[in-house]
Amino acid sequence: MIHSRTIEILVGAFMAAGLVAFFFLAMQVSNLSASSNGEGYEVTARFDNIGSLKVRSPVTMAGVRIGRVSKISFDRTTYEAVVTMRVETEYNVIPEDSFAKIFTAGLLGEQYIGLDPGGSEKYLQQGSEISLTQSALVLEEIIGQFLFSKAEEGDKVE
Amino acid sequence: MMESADNQEPLVRIRDLRFSRGNRVIFDGVDIDIPRGKVTAIMGPSGTGKTTLLKLIGGQLRPSSGTIHVDGQNIHRLGNRDLYKLRMRMGMLFQSGALLTDISVFENVAYPLNEHTDLPPSMIRKLVLLKLEAVGLRGARDLMPSELSGGMARRVALARAMVLDPMMIMYDEPFTGQDPISMGVLVELIRSLNDASRLSSIIVSHDVHETAAIADLIYVISNGKVIESGPPESMMDSKSAWTRQFMQGLADGPVPFHYPAAELADDLLEGAC
Amino acid sequence: MLDSLARLGRIGIGVLERLGRGHLLLLGMLRGVTDLLPRPGLLIKQIYSVGVLSILIISVSGLFVGMVLGLQGYYILSQFGAEQTLGVMVAASLVRELGPVVAALLFAGRAGSALTAEIGLMKATEQLSGLEMMAVDPVRRVLTPRFFAGFISMPLLAALFSALGVIGGYFVGVGLLGVDDGAFWAQMQAKIDLHEDVFNGAIKSVVFGLVCTWIALFQGFDAIPTSEGVSRATTRTVVHSSLAVLGLDFILTALMFGD
Repeated sequence: MIHSRTIEILVGAFMAAGLVAFFFLAMQVSNLSASSNGEGYEVTARFDNIGSLKVRSPVTMAGVRIGRVSKISFDRTTYEAVVTMRVETEYNVIPEDSFAKIFTAGLLGEQYIGLDPGGSEKYLQQGSEISLTQSALVLEEIIGQFLFSKAEEGDKVE
Repeated sequence: MMESADNQEPLVRIRDLRFSRGNRVIFDGVDIDIPRGKVTAIMGPSGTGKTTLLKLIGGQLRPSSGTIHVDGQNIHRLGNRDLYKLRMRMGMLFQSGALLTDISVFENVAYPLNEHTDLPPSMIRKLVLLKLEAVGLRGARDLMPSELSGGMARRVALARAMVLDPMMIMYDEPFTGQDPISMGVLVELIRSLNDASRLSSIIVSHDVHETAAIADLIYVISNGKVIESGPPESMMDSKSAWTRQFMQGLADGPVPFHYPAAELADDLLEGAC
Repeated sequence: MLDSLARLGRIGIGVLERLGRGHLLLLGMLRGVTDLLPRPGLLIKQIYSVGVLSILIISVSGLFVGMVLGLQGYYILSQFGAEQTLGVMVAASLVRELGPVVAALLFAGRAGSALTAEIGLMKATEQLSGLEMMAVDPVRRVLTPRFFAGFISMPLLAALFSALGVIGGYFVGVGLLGVDDGAFWAQMQAKIDLHEDVFNGAIKSVVFGLVCTWIALFQGFDAIPTSEGVSRATTRTVVHSSLAVLGLDFILTALMFGD
């Protein structure tokens, strides 16, 4: 029957179009290749204050995204935040004494971790801990410090 | 079972059937026996639940109490599988024909065969054409149901009901809204199919003359009870005034012409105030 | 006082009864999948009438919604000098929300109402009863293929909607308003996450497809078999489906994106 064959072809075309649309969303819109997860190795870092850093926040080096934050936990003995990041396998030559800082993208943007390379011959690997860290800048604290120093200056003048 | 082996056992035996829809009592203790190989008519005024009775026999509705045995089996005690097996041996002709509107006449008649048998297509084709020939519509096999007249749709539906060679066929108001010619055709068909295929027929109708012409046995029901039963001749000059009014179509009698109301004079005066 | 209490009780019982019948129907349709597998032809026919026939309205709407997003987004974003993030805005709103939700609303209006009317008319013309008397279960034979057709078509339609919307936004943003081509895509790819955004959107559309088709079929199956009953059921399908989609969208969004 010709009629039912046309229907089959149209249905096939519809399903193909739907799948292509999905593929488009996956590849072109969300860039599947860049968000490969599961691959890579995990390193940890301790911060006094992580600000508004979240799981899945980017980890960058020289502005290039090399991984993502995979877990954030709280150490009850030292009162520090323990951030676990998953770094992609291809970036496996990061010196052990690299410096991890929490930055803010733009004035109001999201927070991310930036790594500054150190000089060590040893490289970070699965389970390593980054010991040199700098906490997030909290706007209120900076303003507070600024006002405090201004007030001190004023006291000296008098 | 001894009983079902005995051919004198009625095909359908209804005992003390009670059924109500909401607060409205439709059947209030109905006893009916449908004999094998005969045309049995169930008659009564509109709204007495004649179609409901067919649905009860077909197991589509459950009675509040009472039993219905079809071919020795209590239809409301059957599991789904057995019920469907039994329904394959029952044909039903709906008032509107109930043909599937998205497939042609041929495919409609072939539908039960395709669903329930593994017959090869050539065999199905032969069977379908034979059944369509029996209702005189072999030439209309490629039409769609929307292209058929009401009478033709009913004949196609009849062919479909017959195609699995059932033991009984139930007709729901087969004559309503038919012109005299197609009415005559249907009357002829029901009688001849019943005699030729040795099936049992149940007709639900309020068309007295056509029904009386082909029925072997008539049950008259009204207000949820069987009023009278017997062969058509005895019904025409029944002792019961009600039956006479119904069979002869008199305007006034035990069933009053006027809907219950206050006295006319009082009603008119009240409006004047 | 007691009367109104009794009325309230009656309404409550009525609602519960309908819910019960609806769930029994859903169960019946899910069980019917065993009958469907050996006869894919039934499913294909229904995907045609539910899915293929909805393509036109879905694609045109998707394209235009994307274009409007491009225009409005550009207007707002350019005030902050952030036109480059137009792609992110268009894609995020489409993939997360507008794609699944608007596609589902259109689906309810286009395919859902048609399903209700079809099933309701089959009931009114005794076709469903007729099938039952032919020892064919109408739930398995008539409703199940339609249910799974809706279930399969909806995510595909939502994906089409989102993809065409992104293209519409690209056309307006890059083609007409002069946003940088590379920035449009790069920002989008950097911010839109496959798992978080695209998959969650797809899950939404699967849920909406299930709910819309279910409501449509139930309303048809439960309709009073008269022309008035069917027309009311059709209206109810559109109203109930739309409300269900919007309500569920809120719940799903809260579950998926609310950390």
